[in-house]
Amino acid sequence: MTTTQQPNTQGYYGEFGGRFVPETLMPAILELEEAYHEAKQDPAFQQELDQYLRQYVGRETPLYYAERLSKSLGGPKIYLKREDLNHTGAHKINNALGQALLTKRMGKRKVVAETGAGQHGVATATVCALLDLDCVIFMGKEDIERQKLNVFRMELLGATVKSVDQGSGTLKDAVNEALRYWVSNVTDTHYIIGSVVGPHPFPQIVRDFQRVIGDETKEQIVTQEGRLPDAVVACVGGGSNAMGMFAPFVEEEDVQLYGVEAGGSGIETGKHAATLTGGSAGILHGTLTYLLQDQDGQIQEAHSISAGLDYPGIGPEHSYLHASNRVTYSSITDDEALEALQLLSKTEGILPALESSHAIAYTMKLAESLSSDHTVVACLSGRGDKDVEAVKAHLGGGFHG
Amino acid sequence: MGKFSIDTAIQRVLDKGDKAFVPYIMAGDGGLDQLESQIQLLANAGATIIELGIPFSDPVADGPTIQAAGQRALTSGVTLKKVLDELKRFKESRDIPIVLMTYINPVFTYGPKRFAEDCEASGVDGVIVPDVPLEESDLVSNALKEHEIAFIRLATLTSTPDRLAKIAEQTEGFLYAVTINGITGVQNRFGDQLGNHLTNIKQQTDKPVFAGFGVSSPEHVRELTAYCDGVIVGSKIVDLLHQGNEEKIQTLIQSAKTAHV
Repeated sequence: MTTTQQPNTQGYYGEFGGRFVPETLMPAILELEEAYHEAKQDPAFQQELDQYLRQYVGRETPLYYAERLSKSLGGPKIYLKREDLNHTGAHKINNALGQALLTKRMGKRKVVAETGAGQHGVATATVCALLDLDCVIFMGKEDIERQKLNVFRMELLGATVKSVDQGSGTLKDAVNEALRYWVSNVTDTHYIIGSVVGPHPFPQIVRDFQRVIGDETKEQIVTQEGRLPDAVVACVGGGSNAMGMFAPFVEEEDVQLYGVEAGGSGIETGKHAATLTGGSAGILHGTLTYLLQDQDGQIQEAHSISAGLDYPGIGPEHSYLHASNRVTYSSITDDEALEALQLLSKTEGILPALESSHAIAYTMKLAESLSSDHTVVACLSGRGDKDVEAVKAHLGGGFHG
Repeated sequence: MGKFSIDTAIQRVLDKGDKAFVPYIMAGDGGLDQLESQIQLLANAGATIIELGIPFSDPVADGPTIQAAGQRALTSGVTLKKVLDELKRFKESRDIPIVLMTYINPVFTYGPKRFAEDCEASGVDGVIVPDVPLEESDLVSNALKEHEIAFIRLATLTSTPDRLAKIAEQTEGFLYAVTINGITGVQNRFGDQLGNHLTNIKQQTDKPVFAGFGVSSPEHVRELTAYCDGVIVGSKIVDLLHQGNEEKIQTLIQSAKTAHV
């Protein structure tokens, strides 16, 4: 595994990142850093990971030329990186699997994790069943309501799901509770954080485990098109699928990179989750990064139709790529995401997750300014089965049954 | 003011053969207009230093009691700026040292330099930031040093010997020894190794060592002060203050005095 961008020894990407955690956790953070460093160099670890990724997760995932979608938009050739075809239905398992193997390597038997949409929770519960680890998942009360089916899936897989009703009862509050649980059980428990957020070395570890998305894409597009794409698009909540997709492309200056945040009801309404578009620098959950916060440094609630993007922070490396202008970040509203979800379903027979629908919607916008000589890759980070009920509730009367 | 008044207050108590008692209260819980009388009440009851919590939306080191107190304060519109302004207003009439307990983000947003300046102007003597470990301390330590405000560090049960040595060396005022692997809140009993842990910390440093997290009864206070120089009590004081139970607050604080006479 090679990485092009490394944080410095203190875990900073430019001015972002770091390790802002209570002293109780610091020894565990340092232990993790060392264990990960060793695992990265250990061919046996990489081999075990690769074998599970192939035989269990179902990698590599296809890079699919969405011809009908492309033609209906009349612009560039649009390719979809099909992370929705992974076991458990999203990219989240790439990281959960890697970190579960690290957990075993550190001699720990217990895992705690947070989840928003439930995809990371399901992925973590799945790998814990596979590797015989005890698993506790914290999930916001409101998200439990929005994603009932995923809660039941986690329980079927043997995990304990704990409801969090503090604060807004969403992903941010689930992270708080997972951190509190980790502080109280740090000696025998590993925290499998679900995105490129949190204290160093988590943003690096999660990015590296998700990098397989970008590495495969880069090879596939060259094989299929004979050249690199003109643009790569991915949705960003904490930003793990985007970071994994972007990582090998950052050094390719001719490839335009687009991160798509959740615009909720619209940035101007204040009800959104677009951290880079509408936030400012601050420190939350162990890292210095862009946040949604008021002028006194109190964190504000994020709003999005998609539970997985409903987070007031973002990975520190995204803040860095934003500040250095390497990646262009913009936002897509709930309504635009819903529209994209329907279009992709009807033109391609692919029901995308609401999170991924943000990337599709932005790709549709981008297509307007590009011609048929161009190619665009959009990361289809997850499938939409989990969202059917929520989508139905929003679209209302137009559907029967 | 600053470090010096913390050192003096602790020395005065230890010279008498007593142990120090540091009650924690959440600034603005019950209204910021109550702050002066709350501090006076605790001072009259025999507190050595007051630890004053700044409310934060995402307090990951705190249990349910302090989370709830912080929410009450935030709902009533309390901010770091308002707390500092209020402390400044009755600075002259206050003898007891004040230590702020705040998460890093409100300080980062305020600006560490301006924060240290305003702390000095408001008569704040020390600062505790639970989510700033040794690795990140430069962000605030220089600004605090310039204004002679004590930067109080936390040592935990998981701290390795070399980390413990650095924490003991860098802490100012006193060393905050966290007694449990966990978050703040009422605890029934402490681990068997705690006595050894506190003794070990005491051997590492000449600075006063105070035990905190989970301390909630006169029995706890007596048990812990056998090994260290004082205790910090948060959730129980917050609870009692919220209930208006002044008598129990008095009994709890006095338990640090009678333990070793």
